[in-house]
Amino acid sequence: MPETAFEPWKDPSAKPLIQFRNVTKRFGDFVAIDDLSIDIFEKEFFALLGPSGCGKTTMMRMLAGFETPTSGTIMLDGKDISPIPPNKRSVNMMFQSYALFPHLTVYDNIAFGLKRSKMPKDEIDARVKEMLRLVQIEKFGNRKPEQISGGQRQRVALARALAKAPKLLLLDEPLSALDKKLRQETQFELMDIQEKTGTTFVVVTHDQEEAMTVASRVAVMDHGKLKQVDTPDQIYEAPNSTYVADFIGDVNIIEGHATTQGDTVAIAWAEGQPSIIGTPTRPGMAGKVSFAIRPEKVAISAEKPKDLNNVVQGKILDIAYLGNLSTYHVALPGGITIKAQTANSRRRARRPFTWDDEVWLSWTDTAGIVLDS
Amino acid sequence: MNIRRIALISVPYLWLLALFMVPFLIVFKISLSDIALAIPPYTPTLDISGGWTEVRSFFSQLDFENFEFLATDDLYWKSYLSSLKIAFISTFICLLVGFPIAYGMANAPKEWQPTLMLLVILPFWTSFLIRVYSLIGILSQEGMLNQFLMWIGLIGEPLTILNTNIAVYIGIVYTYCPFMILPIYATLIKLDGSLLEAAEDLGCSRTEAFWRITVPLSKAGIIAGCFLVFIPALGEFVIPSLLGGSDTLMIGKVLYEEFFANRDWPVAGAVAVILLLILIVPIVLYQRNEQKIMEAEK
Ligand SMILES: Nc1ncnc2c1ncn2[C@@H]1O[C@H](COP(=O)(O)OP(=O)(O)O)[C@@H](O)[C@H]1O
Ligand SMILES: [Mg+2]
Repeated sequence: MPETAFEPWKDPSAKPLIQFRNVTKRFGDFVAIDDLSIDIFEKEFFALLGPSGCGKTTMMRMLAGFETPTSGTIMLDGKDISPIPPNKRSVNMMFQSYALFPHLTVYDNIAFGLKRSKMPKDEIDARVKEMLRLVQIEKFGNRKPEQISGGQRQRVALARALAKAPKLLLLDEPLSALDKKLRQETQFELMDIQEKTGTTFVVVTHDQEEAMTVASRVAVMDHGKLKQVDTPDQIYEAPNSTYVADFIGDVNIIEGHATTQGDTVAIAWAEGQPSIIGTPTRPGMAGKVSFAIRPEKVAISAEKPKDLNNVVQGKILDIAYLGNLSTYHVALPGGITIKAQTANSRRRARRPFTWDDEVWLSWTDTAGIVLDS
Repeated sequence: MNIRRIALISVPYLWLLALFMVPFLIVFKISLSDIALAIPPYTPTLDISGGWTEVRSFFSQLDFENFEFLATDDLYWKSYLSSLKIAFISTFICLLVGFPIAYGMANAPKEWQPTLMLLVILPFWTSFLIRVYSLIGILSQEGMLNQFLMWIGLIGEPLTILNTNIAVYIGIVYTYCPFMILPIYATLIKLDGSLLEAAEDLGCSRTEAFWRITVPLSKAGIIAGCFLVFIPALGEFVIPSLLGGSDTLMIGKVLYEEFFANRDWPVAGAVAVILLLILIVPIVLYQRNEQKIMEAEK
């Protein structure tokens, strides 16, 4: 039997674990969450991604029960959760600041939630030990939070939130306090733990790389609204707006005027330059559009490439050497600068281009995306 | 170790020597002397000009008679016990009154907190004596408290509050409550609100979160406040003299009377030495607590 991909959002009969139905949250006059609807499914690793202040934490806090929606409903397992207080929800949260209890040991921090339930003592002990093992901090059970490192604290916070085996685990910027290397390692561990425990994770982050790495689906937010909810590759390859394209990774955006040409559109973008040929994202696209293309999809060459529709000549303004990659900033006629990225499979000394070289940039008809602007 | 460091380290010890050890030794010496109709009103006094024999006869005249006297008259140990009891109960009432006030202050809107803090320390702007005298006006038979209680119909006859132990408790609690409120407030204000949310998230009700998180984390402030009330309350003499009755026994009052009314400096000295020995225990405990807070903040 072939392994089916985990895509419950594509299955119309799948029941979502969490449903936001036209949820709005206002703080005074300020609208933090604006008429937002979303479905999150069981066992998903769902990432909320957006700039600081876009309402990510507010969404989390509504799920945990610390804020109530001004209007709209939030359902967990098909039931409206607004009347349920935070201590009665089978939702646990890993706080941005970790919020470990400083007067309790690591062991007692993890046992805290279990002791509030009616679990027998020996079962609590077994569960705490299991959690300590899961996050690999068995040795530190007797220490106080102040006696362990930041990375270990983050693990305690995770273990404490997972201990009660909640239906839903909320993680508010779980890795933001860690340094880059530790963060990347921990991302994979998080995915591992999520898979092992089968818990639904909703993670908040402002780090797009983190969201892309860990999540089954990513929701890109802006000012309390959802811009796009999709799998990481779809968000990257097929953003539905210039906002999403710009927020996720690096992108070149060229404004122009589109006219339909059969299956493709021709975008006039600068006087005296051939139109860019692109594939429309919906039929009948015309008028003002933005053409978005990732730097790594733009090829750079010394000779004019043949057999391609999209070829422009420009001059290298700047080269950013990133070790594995080099990004060339190329000035096109008409004052536009385009970034082209190549992988550095050879040593730097053999770099083919340098500043002020005249080069050719080219891309295929399907490499970029045509977006309404 | 160089001289500079030694000099630096010796500063607090010199301070302690000049302002604590020397006065204490003087009082201790007086407590070992005998009462005399002289100025100062005790013998012997040391006269070094008399040479070695004079010094020897001076020491031979010192004895523990006054301490023995304290043990024979039960007024003294009853006063010590009664002081301990009054200080203990006052401290407890201060905690019951002070904690909610500190809690309310710490949870009040940010812009209100400086004002509330000011209100707590405002009484210190008037003299302590004036405040105690005004309490006499409030607590007396025809005072405001009785008039108010009769006006709302709670009592028909004015209550006798002044010159009883109740007035002493009211006086001590009123005077020392700020010393309870401020250290508790200082710990509560530092309490991270997300800890309470985390406790709720893990299944605590609000009340349970209060007992399991707020109280243990403000323990250092509670202990500091209790000592700051208990220590001065134990030796208090103005409040029991002015508000208490003839049956109010407090060692501070006894000390005052021995010293100024009886002019028996040696017995007063003995009373003071014992009081100090009793106070050393809570003072040392208080210092330990302060040290712990400092270490926790590091
Ligand atoms: N309790 C509150 N009162 C007033 N405004 C708030 C409150 N909580 C959040 N906000 C506002 O709502 C917006 C979204 O906040 P938040 O959800 O914390 O953003 P994010 O987590 O995405 O950075 C912010 O502009 C913030 O100032
Ligand atoms: Mg946030």
